[in-house]
Amino acid sequence: MTPTIAVRQLWKVFGPRPERVVGTPLADLSRAELRARTGCLAAVRDVSFEVARNEVFVVMGLSGSGKSTLVRCLTRLIEPTSGEIEIDGEAVREMSAKRLRELRRHRVAMVFQHFGLLPHRSVLDNAGYGLEIQGVGRAERRRRAAEVLELVGLTGHEQQLPEELSGGMQQRVGLARALATDPAVLLFDEPFSALDPLIRRDMQAEVRRLHAEVGKTLVFITHDLAEALTLGDRIAVLRDGELVQVGTPEELVGAPADGYVADFVRDVPRADVLTVRWIMRPAVDGEECEDTPLPSGTVIRDAVARVLRAERPIAVVDGGERVGVVDAEQLLPALLGHRRQVPA
Amino acid sequence: MTAVLTRPTSDVAEPESPRRRATGRTVSGILIVATVVAYLVFHTTAAADAPDAAAFRFLGDVRDWVDANRDTHPVFLYGVNYLRLGVRLLVDVVRAALAGLGLAGLVAIAGAIAFVLGGWRTALLAVAGLLGFGLLGLWPESVDTLALTLTAVLLSVLIGVPLGILAARVRWVGAALRPLLDVMQILPTFAYLAPMTLLFLIGSPAAVVATLIYAVPVTIRITELGIAGVAPSAVEAATALGSTRRQLLTKVRLPMARPTLVLAVNQTIMMALSMVVVTALIDAPGLGVNILRALERVNVGAAFDAGLAIVIMAIVLDRVTTAAARRRRRDWRIAVPVLAAAAVIAVLPIPDGLPRISFAKPVNDLTSWVELHWYDSTEGLKNTISTVLLNPLENLLVTTPWWLFTLAVLGFGLLVAGWRAALIAGAAAAGLSALGLYQHSMQTLATVLVATALTMLLGIAAGVLSARHDRLAAITRPVLDAAQTMPSFVYLLPAVALFGASRFTAIVAAVIYAVPPVVRLVERGIRDVPATVVEAALSAGSTPRQLLWKVQLPMARGGLLLAANQGIVMVLAMVVVGGLVGAGALGYDVVAGFSQREDFGRGLAAGLAIVLLGVLLDRLTQGFHRAKGPS
Repeated sequence: MTPTIAVRQLWKVFGPRPERVVGTPLADLSRAELRARTGCLAAVRDVSFEVARNEVFVVMGLSGSGKSTLVRCLTRLIEPTSGEIEIDGEAVREMSAKRLRELRRHRVAMVFQHFGLLPHRSVLDNAGYGLEIQGVGRAERRRRAAEVLELVGLTGHEQQLPEELSGGMQQRVGLARALATDPAVLLFDEPFSALDPLIRRDMQAEVRRLHAEVGKTLVFITHDLAEALTLGDRIAVLRDGELVQVGTPEELVGAPADGYVADFVRDVPRADVLTVRWIMRPAVDGEECEDTPLPSGTVIRDAVARVLRAERPIAVVDGGERVGVVDAEQLLPALLGHRRQVPA
Repeated sequence: MTAVLTRPTSDVAEPESPRRRATGRTVSGILIVATVVAYLVFHTTAAADAPDAAAFRFLGDVRDWVDANRDTHPVFLYGVNYLRLGVRLLVDVVRAALAGLGLAGLVAIAGAIAFVLGGWRTALLAVAGLLGFGLLGLWPESVDTLALTLTAVLLSVLIGVPLGILAARVRWVGAALRPLLDVMQILPTFAYLAPMTLLFLIGSPAAVVATLIYAVPVTIRITELGIAGVAPSAVEAATALGSTRRQLLTKVRLPMARPTLVLAVNQTIMMALSMVVVTALIDAPGLGVNILRALERVNVGAAFDAGLAIVIMAIVLDRVTTAAARRRRRDWRIAVPVLAAAAVIAVLPIPDGLPRISFAKPVNDLTSWVELHWYDSTEGLKNTISTVLLNPLENLLVTTPWWLFTLAVLGFGLLVAGWRAALIAGAAAAGLSALGLYQHSMQTLATVLVATALTMLLGIAAGVLSARHDRLAAITRPVLDAAQTMPSFVYLLPAVALFGASRFTAIVAAVIYAVPPVVRLVERGIRDVPATVVEAALSAGSTPRQLLWKVQLPMARGGLLLAANQGIVMVLAMVVVGGLVGAGALGYDVVAGFSQREDFGRGLAAGLAIVLLGVLLDRLTQGFHRAKGPS
């Protein structure tokens, strides 16, 4: 099956004559060296990844790592310097201005960090903006805008102006606007960074709920590791414009690709993310196990009670096949191991 | 000019809900229908204004009384007359100093000052500019204009800077000054020349005082802005270290506000120069006289030389003071020898033998050529706009009974600008009729409205274009800069050259005069639309046209309304000056009042009517901007 989004060797270089960088020795320089030598900034360097249908793909990195540039390149809000982008198998960089507008109108919608709402329009008209510029009639677009507003829980606020709403509610309007055109792909550019922590958690739950209900392909940009782990089916870690690692939350925490990622995930409670697969040991011949085995996808925390109560090791099974065993000895390092050693 | 640059635009009204907007639409619909019906029932035959209205007689009597008591009444004997003498003395001293230096001396000293303040480029500009006066054969006139301008600026700074500081530091002073400055800044230049002659007779003192009144609001406003804009953290830090109030002012507030204070002086100079030229109407000497005489004979060429001299003076003064505003380390050691050298040159008796250049003949040739070859198109344009817009509108306004006009102003004012603005505007509307100049006011109003419509049309188009094309903006910006430093009189010249003396000429001049600031405000309004909103609209797939109409223009509404407000005030000022070149109505009444004794009362009344018209238009548009603008 063709991936919904495919990105291959994508580069975005800002600065004078950026085309001279890619495919030359300059491309191998570090970011700082390139900047000193040419005055160019390589915001995205040779990035490739694929996003499958209905997947939640999170791009995570610190500020300045190029993640916002990357997501804007997908619909050419920022024109990439080189590389390929395909959405549903169609090359985005070859699209005419008209075709690109069609893409933005019908297939890919975006939610922004600072909402980007139109202050002079009511909530209802903001949500219906995408439909309006497609030429959808007034009655129809109001009906659909009202529907998506209900979906994001804003019924009753239709006639208010954006500035009369709280930050969290404003972002719900942004979400409704993106959903109104029923796109296959939703791009989120740090959508909840401007919100306070409690609201942020609500909104993350909202996104999970919407994803379960409407089933879209999501590309989610964030600098918040907890958010990435909560939402992502897969996470891509971006550093200085380069992809460091792409993997499931489990893979990132269990097998960080390098010191940078390891440093990133050090404070993550491993028991919450890793499954028993990561701590099991091979069974010793003739070993007696508990009667009920654990599926290998069980998160460690959920296994704690059973393992500690058991008198014998518990078998771990993948499908019908036994792949290993766990007992308290494996459990404890996983529970404690994430604590950073701070001298007293 | 930049007269209206610093009007405050605070008082953000609360956002109105869409539901309220809908009721508003219904009410305005009813109001429009009611006005139309009332007009159809009550419209008049537009009887001409009485030549001898009560107001004219009263003002004439006032003049007679002043004339009779000028040398006996204590207010004059001990107040106004001394003021007149003092100002005259000051002007004479400044002029004597400038003239005493001679051409060579002044060029040397101006060059030296420009060099110290702005470097050799500015110095070159100053030297070339001042030599230009000599080359054009306008040296004495230029010195007169310069002397009047500098005197007025000196007084403006002496009065305005302390007042500005007070206004920024003492709440009630600021609150008391604000409405006064508001009114002073919308007064068209023409309006207060007549009262000046009443108090100070004609000539230099009246000119300086009129210029002072015109320029000082800008000094006060910008000084206040500068002092109020000093970072509170710096003041707090200095206070924490134990500074006294005086130390805070002299060591923190004034130094930190310095760039703004220099800007205040710069703007004051520009305003003063613009006004000094106009005071030729009350017999002030200088370049304005040349323009005035030439305009009276519709001799564009003769006016061109003087106009050029004024433009040169404006540019030199602007560049030198702008250079002074730039914060940079100056090496005063260079200044000493340069100034000394300049002083030596000044003292040396160098004959003022310069070749003479005049552009009068080529310009007149060009004008005749334009008249000959473009006659059809200029005449066509003039006639089209006159028949399609101007005449119907004027006809509509003059046949409206004064009470219906007043009611309509009240009603629409209430709807768009709030009750306070509506009451002021309504009172102004009623006042027009009380002055016995209703017909003339309506004629002027029609011209103003047409000129404003054209200004907004051109200004918004150009503003939108330069907001969307960076390269275009880079080209237009210096042109707009230059246009905003020109004194208003200069704008009459191209209009007269193209369209001769007529009502339409005033419209053209007003449009040329008012378009630059409108372009600026529109461009800034559109560029100020947050990038994230534009990006969101683009990512939703908006076409450039949809982006403009659905996002940028609605969000720039505050800027557009402010542009309309400033545009209309500037247009009024220029349309009235157009009375000099055949625009008739109020402007002509004022001019006639200067020249004929028996028309004095009427002229003064016309000046008052212009003020009322200005207040009316400003309150309505400003109130509209405040109520509806920043949404």
